Amino acid sequence: MTTTKRLGVEASPREHERNPGTTLDLGWVQEARINKSAVERRAATLITRRTVKKDWQAAWLLRAITCIDLTTLAGDDTPSNVQRLCAKARQPVRADLLEAIGVANLPVKVGAVCVYHNLIPAAVEALRGSGIPVAAVSTGFPAAQNPLRLKIEEIKESVAAGAAEIDVVISRAHVLRGEWSALYDEVAAFREACGTAHLKVILATGELGTLRHVSQASRVSMMAGADFIKTSTGKESVNATLQFGLVMTRDIREYRDRTGYEVGFKPAGGIRTAKGALDWLILMKEELGLSWTRSILFRIGASALLTDIERQLSHHLTGRYASDRYHPMP
Amino acid sequence: MDYGPAPEADAPARGWITAHEGKMPLFINGQFVPGSAHFESINPADGKPLAQISQATSAQVDAAVSAARAAFEGWSALSGHARARYLYALARGIQRHSRLFAVLETLDNGKSIRETRDIDIPLVARHFYHHAGWAQLRDTEFPDHGPVGVVGQIIPWNFPLLMLAWKIAPALAMGNTVVLKPAEFTSLTAIRFGELCADVGLPPGVVNIITGDGKVGAMLTGHPDINKIAFTGSTEVGRIIRGVTAGSGKKLSLELGGKSPFMVFEDADLDSAVEGVVDAIWFNQGQVCCAGSRLLLQENIAERMLTKLRARMETLRMGDPLDKAVDIGAIIAPVQLEKISKLVEQGVMEGAQCWQPSWAVPKQGCFFPPTLFTNVSPAATIAQVEIFGPVLVSMTFRTPDEAVALANNTPYGLAASIWSDNLNLSLDVARKVKAGTVWINSTNLFDASSGFGGYRESGYGREGGKEGLYEYLKLKAAPPPPERTPVKPSAGGVAFAIDRTPKLYIEGKQARPDSGYSIAIQGADGRLLGEVGEGNRKDIRNAVEAALKAAGWGFSHGHNRAQILYYIAENLAARADEFGDRLTRLTGFEGREEVAQSVERLFAYAAWADKYEGVVHSTPLRGVVMAIPEPIGVMGLICPDEYPLLGFVTTVMAAVAMGNTVVAVPSERYPLVITDFYQVLDTSDVPAGVINIITGKRESLAKVLAEHENVDGLWYFGDVEGVKQIEAASVSNMKQTWAESTPQNWVNPRSEREFLRRATQIKNIWTPYGE
Repeated sequence: MTTTKRLGVEASPREHERNPGTTLDLGWVQEARINKSAVERRAATLITRRTVKKDWQAAWLLRAITCIDLTTLAGDDTPSNVQRLCAKARQPVRADLLEAIGVANLPVKVGAVCVYHNLIPAAVEALRGSGIPVAAVSTGFPAAQNPLRLKIEEIKESVAAGAAEIDVVISRAHVLRGEWSALYDEVAAFREACGTAHLKVILATGELGTLRHVSQASRVSMMAGADFIKTSTGKESVNATLQFGLVMTRDIREYRDRTGYEVGFKPAGGIRTAKGALDWLILMKEELGLSWTRSILFRIGASALLTDIERQLSHHLTGRYASDRYHPMP
Repeated sequence: MDYGPAPEADAPARGWITAHEGKMPLFINGQFVPGSAHFESINPADGKPLAQISQATSAQVDAAVSAARAAFEGWSALSGHARARYLYALARGIQRHSRLFAVLETLDNGKSIRETRDIDIPLVARHFYHHAGWAQLRDTEFPDHGPVGVVGQIIPWNFPLLMLAWKIAPALAMGNTVVLKPAEFTSLTAIRFGELCADVGLPPGVVNIITGDGKVGAMLTGHPDINKIAFTGSTEVGRIIRGVTAGSGKKLSLELGGKSPFMVFEDADLDSAVEGVVDAIWFNQGQVCCAGSRLLLQENIAERMLTKLRARMETLRMGDPLDKAVDIGAIIAPVQLEKISKLVEQGVMEGAQCWQPSWAVPKQGCFFPPTLFTNVSPAATIAQVEIFGPVLVSMTFRTPDEAVALANNTPYGLAASIWSDNLNLSLDVARKVKAGTVWINSTNLFDASSGFGGYRESGYGREGGKEGLYEYLKLKAAPPPPERTPVKPSAGGVAFAIDRTPKLYIEGKQARPDSGYSIAIQGADGRLLGEVGEGNRKDIRNAVEAALKAAGWGFSHGHNRAQILYYIAENLAARADEFGDRLTRLTGFEGREEVAQSVERLFAYAAWADKYEGVVHSTPLRGVVMAIPEPIGVMGLICPDEYPLLGFVTTVMAAVAMGNTVVAVPSERYPLVITDFYQVLDTSDVPAGVINIITGKRESLAKVLAEHENVDGLWYFGDVEGVKQIEAASVSNMKQTWAESTPQNWVNPRSEREFLRRATQIKNIWTPYGE
């Protein structure tokens, strides 16, 4: 099998320098111009212009797995289902499938496990020794309608509890009201509270009203020191669409060109199929380049996605359409 | 993380070719007729032969035309609903076999499967659906019109099946029958379409497909039993067709070349504009007549835009057109590749900076890399000539006015793309650009409901939309003009009349003829009534300059134009007796009646001036597509001898009501009524230069006007020889002509709309919205 080669595994990924942020450049925020119709057209045709098949597709799907933030964010989460999720995170694909593909030697595991604050200890425990970081949603997730002081505290407590990544939500009101300084200060404060933990800033794009707002919120968040910008909480009525992704990745590119810093991107919410994951990887490769197809700069927030990818890998090997009953549930 | 190969299977398409044993027949009178001689159709992606195409003989062309002629009576007599059923069946058939058509097209043409699958073939089906509707509606929507007859259609190789659909669907919908010749490089999908026609039971002869090289095209254009030629292709060939059909009475529509501007203003969404450029010039390898091939960038964003564009060019993928992840396929043929290469070399030699992406172009097959030229001046060859390849030239501008000036600095006028977040600016520029299609924040969008076609040397006529149907319709014959009985002018006249010198009328001023000669004008009774100036080419030159300077008239409001037309009517009516008497003395017919008819006609055009409106087309776009009738520009009008005042008023005022500025040549026999008339113009607030009048010899003045490169349209009402002369001379700048040698029914008001339609050209402005 040639999948290993298709995967283009590097011996050691290069050192990544965190985005320290910049001062707030209001000029750059205000000059954001997003033509919705043109963005829709590009998003629609991007995935009809590119496709991956056969061995290449298997390689891309394995890559997609390594970029998944395997997530559970439910009111009824308890240590038991989180432990199960973590077990799946360690071994996301059946060993016999990996062997058949010819990548049994590769450390195929997900990018992170993402939980609410209370489940951090259970996740940390379950993932010990795996190298998989625990990410915690924070700052009054998902609506962010609590006091800033408590948001900061929440971040600090989550970091103290062992979360290596913090997925914060911004105050949508700052965007909707054009309060860019307030948004900048808020995100900068989150960054400071994170310390060494990585900061993923959720824009809740589905609640920002316009693509121009999405672009402006992206720009302010990056200038305030976001390590990642992320589309959605998964709780908005519109989640990760390729249009949002296109706007945000173009801003990431522009930010890199302006500052030299590479900010990661995380679509989340509604990505359930292997095909959907490939579409996002295509978007990353086309708009940002190969660096952004690795977990250091790209994550997909998802839960059900993993099983669909497994089924697709199984189909790749057997030629038969697969049932999820043959794949261990997360 | 490479893409890897993702080839579309070509076995079914190759199987279809094999089933024909590699030899493609002609489709004549519902039968598949083997050719007697053949030539090869080559797959441009690998240079290998695909099939043998028949070279139609002159006898076979005759047979196809006779079949179409024989089928015409029955087909045109069918109810609209019956024709609609056939067109509907064709649309459904295209959809059922969509992938076969797409793969065949890619094999034959070299364009990417993504484009044939996602763009060409869906648009083909859409075109037949849309025109099935027009077939149904023809009799209620066009009660005064009928079909033209047998139509010869010649299409290019860049969109083989789509151009076939653009030609055949409206022709059949309106009740015409068709002989179509595909381009010699790309005949396969047309033959497959012939099979579809047979499968749906289209009556024999309604569609005939004859293949071959340019000689077959020439047989069609020269064929005496064809009523209309519809051609899409190069301006060079369009010019030849105009020449050989001159005076033949054939109706003509031409969709020709372009050098379309792609304008990016400082407030545009630059990343989206970059994708626009990709769709503009690297769609179909740039082999698109409306390709946005001139990139005009506002100076302050030019470098940023070019940097983004170069980065984007690095990610374009070129290769096997059947690969589903390929953006740019093969150039149609080595001859085209060579033409592109030569022009690019010339661009470099003339000092422009050439940039191409770092990736390697496939060694096998016919490929040319996407190419960006910077440091280009409008004087450069590559900035002027249609390259018809993936080559973009960029220039900068400082102001919107300069952008418009650069955009219009071309003999062509097919399309334009405008990128700005400011709707005020975008629409203002859209109106000022000379182009049949304008895309705001978008590019290369097409739909059956929206007419496509050019200004200037990009041709005339529209394809698609209601505006396109007129190319396949003609006005039903009007009842003959009423007989008039000669009358005697009233006796007498003014005692001690002072000698009068009628002059030419240029830029609102009376002007002596350059020649210094005069022509004697006799009345109906043979007596000398006066002497008018004998205008010559210099007078025409001056008049055209004046008309050009008055072009602001085209942007005046319809209400404003209506007021002036009413005012002319008012002032003419006040002098009705004098004009009536003058007409009676000149023509020997009752003049007051003609004056009254002229006043009525002026009122009619005043009425229309603010009511001849455009429409908003119903395309799949979220946005509005405005089809706006715009003036043609400077028009030369050769007015008829019969009804010297009414004929003059009907032609001149229709043109003026629509915003054209005119150089009118009044009746050669009876010009005195018009040299009187300029006093009416003087007292009616007509802006200087809007109407210019040159008296003299009709044919010589008509020729100068027909040849003049600043005259955009020409109407001629005269004799057979004159028609031929002006149609042949119009090739100078491919101006639109309307030339009649049979007397029109000037009294009949039914044709008022026809004059207005011919005094305008439709501009479609695509305006997507959404925030």
